[in-house]
Amino acid sequence: MTNKIRVATTSLAGCFGCHMSFLDIDERILELAEVVVFDRSPITDIEHCSADCDIGLIEGGVCNSENVHTLREFRKNCKILVAVGACSINGGLPAMRNFIPLEECLNEAYINGIGVENAQIPSDPELPLLLDKVRPIHEVVKVDYFLPGCPPSADVFWKFLTDLIAGKEPSLPYDLVHYD
Amino acid sequence: MTKTLTIDGVTIPFEDGQTIIQAATAAGIYIPHLCHNPEFTPHGSCKLCTVKVNGRNCSACTFPAMDGQEVINNAKDLNADRQKITQMLFVEGNHFCPSCEKTGNCQLQAVAYHLNMLDDHFPLFYPHRELDASHEEILIDHNRCIFCTLCVRASHEQDGKDVFAISGRGINKHLIVNSETGLLKDTDISASDKAAHICPTGAILIKHTAYQVPIGKRIYDHQQIDQVTLNSESEHDK
Repeated sequence: MTNKIRVATTSLAGCFGCHMSFLDIDERILELAEVVVFDRSPITDIEHCSADCDIGLIEGGVCNSENVHTLREFRKNCKILVAVGACSINGGLPAMRNFIPLEECLNEAYINGIGVENAQIPSDPELPLLLDKVRPIHEVVKVDYFLPGCPPSADVFWKFLTDLIAGKEPSLPYDLVHYD
Repeated sequence: MTKTLTIDGVTIPFEDGQTIIQAATAAGIYIPHLCHNPEFTPHGSCKLCTVKVNGRNCSACTFPAMDGQEVINNAKDLNADRQKITQMLFVEGNHFCPSCEKTGNCQLQAVAYHLNMLDDHFPLFYPHRELDASHEEILIDHNRCIFCTLCVRASHEQDGKDVFAISGRGINKHLIVNSETGLLKDTDISASDKAAHICPTGAILIKHTAYQVPIGKRIYDHQQIDQVTLNSESEHDK
């Protein structure tokens, strides 16, 4: 157990599509489980990273204050931090709100939108505050590797992780590099 | 006697008046580029085709081929520079491939794939740019314009119309159209014009044609841009 490689994962401003694609490695996950143990992740429901994580996989960009805290926790506790998918690399689909002022976004969603009842902008103190723009994660922390794709295919995860676990510098051949 | 130059140590012939990129293409050697198209006057603006000629950096699309030149093309440092240039093109505009109908057929994306570009490296600008959907058959999405001027040249040189121009300088540079309203619908462009089909990115698109080719069958899904380009451009040069 102690010799296993510790992997943490999270989805920030993402859609969990990258996590779903990761799970598309199908039965290879059994092979992975022989050498890897999952730490903080939606797969385990562990809430915080152990201090000795080896690999942190970050899906999604940074859209609110909680994303920033989570991302910093991952950076602090993971030896290798990986940006997974288009949103973590360039903000992706959520970043398309960057061209609309935040107030207009909130008004459209919670005040003027079709079918809105009891119109009010959520202001519970437990809710993380939105950033004025969605940003890619490399603008907040140092990122060691990038896996492009929307989502990256299961083979991208497999190639990257098996390279790393084998102690090789990870590399993606042409067929595995896609931005869509 | 045939005049020759070398590219990465390989001796290739050329004819007087050819640029380095023309000689290279004729010899089956790919030099990455975006603003160059053999059908139009070279512009030399994207700088992706930067090669070392006798030790100095030059744009291969504008620099004349000369006898005895030693050209370095496929070198680690040049490809690293090309990757940085491509990353700058990505962060200066808004290139969201998953929501762009040009994805899979886009030369900007294909060059980035070719250079194994996995991230944007620089902070993203997220500039505010407009759409011009006024024309019935042609869409301009300024978010994706890389100012290669291919539409400008195609409209002027082949269509004889001057529909497009680049206005402003530096970060304020932008594509404009030749009409009082500034809208495409009030120009004399038509969907059969060369200028409507020449865009290397998804900035100028023909409407009602999106997503007709499934993923896996698009131009660059399995074929790299070097092969695609050499096939099409050497055909043109013949």
